Amino acid sequence: MPDTRPGMTGHFSTVTISGVSFTADLSGALYWDDEHLLVVSDLHLEKGSSFAMRGVLLPPHDTTETLARLDTVIARYQPRAVIALGDSFHDREAHDRLSVAHRATLATLQAGRDWIWIVGNHDPDLPRNLGGSIASDVGIGPVVFRHEPTGAAGEIAGHLHPKARVSRRGRSVERRCFASDGERAIMPAFGAYTGGLSIRDLAFAAIFKSLEFTAHVLGDSRMHAIAAARCS
Amino acid sequence: MPLSDPDSLSAPLPEAFSRWFARRGWSPRAHQLALLTKARANRSALLIAPTGAGKTLAGFLPTLVELSGMSPKTRTTPLPPRSAGEKAGGLHTLYISPLKALAVDIARNLETPVAEMGLPIRVETRTGDTPASRRQRQRRYPPDIMLTTPEQLALLLASDDAPYLFASLRRIVLDELHALVTSKRGDLLSLGLSRLWTIAPQVRAIGLSATVAEPESLARFLVPQIISPPSAKRRGGVGGGGLFSGDGVDVRNAASPHPRPLPATQGRGGRGEDAAPSEEENPAADIVVAGGAAAPVVEMLDTRERLPWAGHSARHALGEIYDLIKRNKTTLVFVNTRSQAEMLFQDLWRMNDDNLAIALHHGSLDVGQRRKVEDAMTAGKLRGVVCTSSLDLGVDWGDVDLVVNIGAPKGSSRLMQRIGRANHRLDEASRAVLVPANRFEVLECRVAIDAVNENAQDTPPLRPGALDVLAQHVLGCACGEPFLAEDLYAEVKTAAPYADLSRADFDDVVDFVATGGYALKSYERFARIKQDKQGRWRVANPKVRQSYRLNVGTIVEESMLKVRLVRSRRGGSGSTGTVARGGRMLGQIEEYFIEGLVVGDTFVFGGEIVRYEALVEDEVYVSRANDADAKVPSYMGGKFPLSTYLAERVRLLLADQRAWKGLPDQVREWLSLQSYRSRVPGAREMVVETFPRADKHYLVCYPFEGRLAHQTLGMLLTRRLERARVRPLGFVANEYALAVWALGDMSAMIRQGRLNLATLFDPDMLGDDLEAWLAESALMKRTFRNCAIISGLIPRRFTGEEKSRRQVLFSTDLVYDVLRKHQPDHVLLRAARADAATGLLDLRRLSDMLARIAGRITHKELDRISPLAVPVMLEIGREAVYGEASDELLAEAAEDLVREATGT
Repeated sequence: MPDTRPGMTGHFSTVTISGVSFTADLSGALYWDDEHLLVVSDLHLEKGSSFAMRGVLLPPHDTTETLARLDTVIARYQPRAVIALGDSFHDREAHDRLSVAHRATLATLQAGRDWIWIVGNHDPDLPRNLGGSIASDVGIGPVVFRHEPTGAAGEIAGHLHPKARVSRRGRSVERRCFASDGERAIMPAFGAYTGGLSIRDLAFAAIFKSLEFTAHVLGDSRMHAIAAARCS
Repeated sequence: MPLSDPDSLSAPLPEAFSRWFARRGWSPRAHQLALLTKARANRSALLIAPTGAGKTLAGFLPTLVELSGMSPKTRTTPLPPRSAGEKAGGLHTLYISPLKALAVDIARNLETPVAEMGLPIRVETRTGDTPASRRQRQRRYPPDIMLTTPEQLALLLASDDAPYLFASLRRIVLDELHALVTSKRGDLLSLGLSRLWTIAPQVRAIGLSATVAEPESLARFLVPQIISPPSAKRRGGVGGGGLFSGDGVDVRNAASPHPRPLPATQGRGGRGEDAAPSEEENPAADIVVAGGAAAPVVEMLDTRERLPWAGHSARHALGEIYDLIKRNKTTLVFVNTRSQAEMLFQDLWRMNDDNLAIALHHGSLDVGQRRKVEDAMTAGKLRGVVCTSSLDLGVDWGDVDLVVNIGAPKGSSRLMQRIGRANHRLDEASRAVLVPANRFEVLECRVAIDAVNENAQDTPPLRPGALDVLAQHVLGCACGEPFLAEDLYAEVKTAAPYADLSRADFDDVVDFVATGGYALKSYERFARIKQDKQGRWRVANPKVRQSYRLNVGTIVEESMLKVRLVRSRRGGSGSTGTVARGGRMLGQIEEYFIEGLVVGDTFVFGGEIVRYEALVEDEVYVSRANDADAKVPSYMGGKFPLSTYLAERVRLLLADQRAWKGLPDQVREWLSLQSYRSRVPGAREMVVETFPRADKHYLVCYPFEGRLAHQTLGMLLTRRLERARVRPLGFVANEYALAVWALGDMSAMIRQGRLNLATLFDPDMLGDDLEAWLAESALMKRTFRNCAIISGLIPRRFTGEEKSRRQVLFSTDLVYDVLRKHQPDHVLLRAARADAATGLLDLRRLSDMLARIAGRITHKELDRISPLAVPVMLEIGREAVYGEASDELLAEAAEDLVREATGT
């Protein structure tokens, strides 16, 4: 369904989780209209420099790119609050490596809205000086936001970086996706360098208990809802 | 006999060698003696010789003769002993082959003369399989002759005892040089040579090559190129002296004696005062051409059957191919792709009532299985082998008496090399039969036979050295002795592929190796190589050295999965069911091919039709399928596109009606019908046909530039057609033509001037349209990934981990996207673009073609498909269709959900 709001060029689809209706954005962000809440997961900021420390000199432009994408989606929805759903930083020292310019960008994005860092396995103890507040999980109404999925009803999590592959006539397309069965959802990774794990991996079976869930796939210009059983 | 070089007679073989030749009933061949003469004159030489000409012995003769005349004591090189008294003689000759197996075989073959003449020579191989203890020993007690590969040479050089190991080196023998130089392995080898020229300035090279189009440029590869402005002085060479021919040998003196670009200092040369090289431009090795080979006898199969319009299987001629195998002692049947080999092998066995021993050989079969076939072949136990380019190189087999080439020959040099595999005796003509699989291939076979008869070569020109390979070399150098950038720059430029390297590119590469070469200077503290107080570069820590050793080489394997045969499970979908484990291993298959399949799809592998059952870890489970045809085609095009030279000749043949009489009746009638119904393209013209068919509109054009260039053209054309609101739906390309289909009526639009063909095919498509497409092209991303691995940005072991864990640590596609956006001129992107020009996208050829046809497009508006268009149109449905946007594919899968939900 094309969006008609001004400034919206992308597409989105609607995902219902525990009775709450969310907008799954083509960028990989999730928006809760009623709460004016934007959720992004697994930013993995400074992943490039994290590899560089270990001798793999990946281009250092990933933080610039991830923050630019975040800026775009925040400008589009103008949320009152933002939740970063864990693994916002690729390693425990990554926040120390943020450049002055990137810190300033972050501060601009945080200005005038609530900002909640949910801790993840990559960034379990975030410092206080990043702006916003820090939490292990956040519950709002019937929904709870936490980094690692437990499979509980009403849970919106990240951590697994879901991606789905569709194969037809000897050709295949693989893209990031939201995975949801209506009771719980796992968000795609938002970071520029974050790869993915196939939704057919056992990790997803452990959460959804069956293949009865839907992959909301981030296409090139629109979202596609595809049955998990149809993906590989 | 007019000989300008009297030495060749006055310096005959030593007594022991003459006796040995005589005892075997041989006499040394002219080119073997010519190489000896060159060596005695201290010259490097390139030997151009066909298979079966005793090339290997020729290459080693100078070494054997030299070593036989030395006592082990006099061979001791005056080197500062590393650990006193350990070194006995020192390495004398280094032999480098593209194939590990070839090095091993050559070592075995050398043992014969060494043992029979009782020469005090130690010959050893060094490959990836050499045990660590032996490697260790080889460093301390080097053999006289070491046989190895370009990768092993790089590893040996990347160590601080390289000067110790190589200082005594006198000779390098480079086998199958024509094959090596066409790839990045050739770049790596050339850089290794540049190191050796510094460490051992006395070293001379012998290159062994099949016939190539430009032997002069290949000869440059063997000697250091000049690094400072040339002065006019020209020295007459010791072994120099014009051209002489006779007795079946043609020796051309291509250039000056071996120049010495760098001072002969120990280890890495500085640019001392005495360096001043004073040779003329483009120094090259002398060229020796072995003559005396009988011209091959090549014919085209004059089939009794109906010639297919399209396809590559040549199934129509199966009976005739089988008869050829039956009538000959041993036949090599070459095909262009692995899956064709699979298919043909299977078909031949279906009709093999005589139980002829027919085997299969291709690159993705299990190594053990391949060795078995090779051994059976050597033992003369096989009547036929169906094979791919996996047998283009390698040791000669005695008794192959016929080569059959199925499908398009692709290039005349390639064909001649294949035919040479049947050349068991030099003075007997090789026999070959070409079997075209469709009508276009008849044209290609016809012009290829003409080219072979004229001995016209079409090997590609020497490639400029790749920057990603240079990056690997720079890191390797830093693992050895520390170096100054200007010294290494000068040294690298002595390698022929890098002779034109700019200092700016070199500095970018060094910067890349050190800190990644990024605009954000944030990685200084993570530098992999660092400068000391004198400005010399060295590795920052031992881990970098270790990482280099694990990642050396330029061959980036396609990500492969093991294929295992299991019992069919049938019923049930998804991968949660149980599959019987532990079946027979059939071989390996590319991961990207499997990614395109869904469970239940059938394809051909290991000579049978199999059903895809499941993917478990890195193993593909398949079961035997009883279907007559595989559901998913795996043609994937050949590895090599039609050569520009043959394409040109095909166009000339088409344009010249009188020449058609040399073609089979069926083909002549086909072409006549085309000139009646539409138009046969002229030599420089491009014919574009448009016609309706069913509910779609088609555009077919005939650029004759090979599948890769056509695919790129198809991608760019569909973008433009999209913008012109023609609503294109897809396209398909083969080696000769491209077909695009659309909803819009292109005939009408051209007629009404709403679509202009000159604009559509304007070379400016290589500007913005190309840039936009490259952003998302999977082929470009694959190209970038290869560059990232070769350059050392991404360690290979990471890609290995990916496979077993099924979870990606990071994807090079994402790195490509980010780098392209934030630093589009990064050296690695430049390297990837350079690769795309000649590699998977074949941009250079496309751009040449667009320039050629500018102003020469002829449009034919037809009411139905033309005879010439039939072959490419028949590829629709057999070939993967490109131009299908990812969103369409995803949308289709999403539809399934809707259907399921609504129960329709």
